[in-house]
Amino acid sequence: MSVERIISTGNDAIGHGAIAAGCKFFCGYPITPQNEIPAFFARELPKAGGIFVQTESEISSVNMLLGWNCTGQRGITSTSSPGFSLMQEGISVLHALQLPAVIVNVQRGGPGSGSISTAQTDYNFAVKSAGHGGMKSIVLAPWSVQECHDLVQLAYYLSEKYRIVAIVLSDATVGQGAELLEIKTIDFGELPNKTWALRTSGEKKGLRLIMDSYMPFNYTPYFSVIKKKFDKIEAEEVRFETRYLEDAELLVISWGSTARTCLEAIEEARSEGIKAGLFRPITLSPFPKEAMRAAAEKAKQVLVVEDNQGQMLYDVEWALAGSRPVSFVGIDKRDLPSGMGLLYPKPILEEMRRMMS
Amino acid sequence: MSEKKKKHANPSLFNTMMTPHFCPGCHYGIIIRCLAEALEKTEAVGDTILVTGIGCSMVSAHYIKNLEGMVALHGRAPAVATGIKRSLGRDKIVMTMTGDGDLSSIGIAEIVAAANRFEKITSIFLNNSNFGTTGGQMAPTSLIGQVTPTSPEGRTADHGGFPIHMAELMAQFKGVVYSFRGTVHTHKNYNRTLKAIVTAIEKQREDAGLSFVEILAACPPGHHVKPKDGLDLVTDKLIPEFELGEFKNADRPV
Repeated sequence: MSVERIISTGNDAIGHGAIAAGCKFFCGYPITPQNEIPAFFARELPKAGGIFVQTESEISSVNMLLGWNCTGQRGITSTSSPGFSLMQEGISVLHALQLPAVIVNVQRGGPGSGSISTAQTDYNFAVKSAGHGGMKSIVLAPWSVQECHDLVQLAYYLSEKYRIVAIVLSDATVGQGAELLEIKTIDFGELPNKTWALRTSGEKKGLRLIMDSYMPFNYTPYFSVIKKKFDKIEAEEVRFETRYLEDAELLVISWGSTARTCLEAIEEARSEGIKAGLFRPITLSPFPKEAMRAAAEKAKQVLVVEDNQGQMLYDVEWALAGSRPVSFVGIDKRDLPSGMGLLYPKPILEEMRRMMS
Repeated sequence: MSEKKKKHANPSLFNTMMTPHFCPGCHYGIIIRCLAEALEKTEAVGDTILVTGIGCSMVSAHYIKNLEGMVALHGRAPAVATGIKRSLGRDKIVMTMTGDGDLSSIGIAEIVAAANRFEKITSIFLNNSNFGTTGGQMAPTSLIGQVTPTSPEGRTADHGGFPIHMAELMAQFKGVVYSFRGTVHTHKNYNRTLKAIVTAIEKQREDAGLSFVEILAACPPGHHVKPKDGLDLVTDKLIPEFELGEFKNADRPV
């Protein structure tokens, strides 16, 4: 298998990963901080025999992707937070039709127009919501450029294995930062045949299919199927990463780019004799509940760090069920009051010192 | 079977075994029959995917044998059809069939953008000048003076604007190569509309551009008339507002 090494941004890495996975279609609408993604596909997809379409809105993007995906081919759309709001309707239909889809949300901050800079304020939105109807998507959170590339390929695999929406939840720090990237096609294994695809009846010896998200007759059975499906995903598809867990008395739980910040703080703390470790969910949904609980059992204290007002915090508290005290460092510990502020290792380290004193 | 009976027999693609769900006097059943006949004439059914929207026309594909279909959410059919057409390529026919509450209201951005992007799809637009499925509310196509649950005193221009003329609007786009408005309320008009749908399909086969066929339809409950008065409704109310005819028939612009 050929491996190419380049310096790439996380946003470009999404594109490299998608093309390596056989993606032949991108549709999207300009919005910061994901603009490098449509620019990448506009430039690179035609070379790979694919099609790029600039849409009139994210509502159109998600519905166009739905149209492309229902024919059984691999496509992708990307956006940032306000555009992700507009996509909710289409995401709901994708769930209703049980179609696979890969959607990238490079988060920007806050409600409304908010900030165009990095943030992690869409955790609840991506993890808890898939538009109306109460469905759950698979949500993957990259913390590096390499992981943008790898997780978009995993997103294709999982979304087709389970016929479910997979969200890659990136942010401006990961998306616009540049690092070394290894480009390669990752083989996750066999996937089921797409017998459900719309290809016209002429291609299927007269058999025809009509996809309709209206459920006059199969309403309750649909929910049973979905529950069974997500139970299996929760049992088999949880992914997480840990660092320095062996002797950790203080467990730091964080996700995405903020987990990188935490790692720096943890290494600094360890040089001071604080035995800290990191637990990082890669799948925010399914949430690594059991593994997190097991990791926390060895530690005395738990610190949750995320660049928002406390969103994953509630899932951690639910997972640990009061077995450990949980502290929190979040958006109010940024260095600047403006949207350009960042969460640095310093306030995280200070909180760790306070907790262990 | 006599020659006359043969002439008026249902097209073989029209699924007459399916129980019609339309209200008495509705023209949608005739329009779907017309589409079935067009797909038969053009021998396109095995190569076609029909994307419907939300409204009384959403189950149109179900009535036509061998026709694959997708029911898009309200207004989104042109976007979904774009994705399908771009995937399947020019050898396949991708059509949308949507009502006026769908295409000219919540979906106007999608159809205008599809036209502007020069999508090679065919859009059949059913205009009964109200939101039939949800109870006859005012649509962008509703007539001045039309009484509906959301224009209880009758639509006025200051309150709800003027009826939108989609066929004329669509004809303005360079990417639209065919735009037509017809009805199915008389034999003559049925045949004209049938010919228009056939032309629209042929335009797509030639990869010429977007083809648009607007069809006026009676909705007796929405207009508070008896089913038997549906034909007069089209003649006396709808046609005076919405001029019939071909607004554009052009070759591929590039």
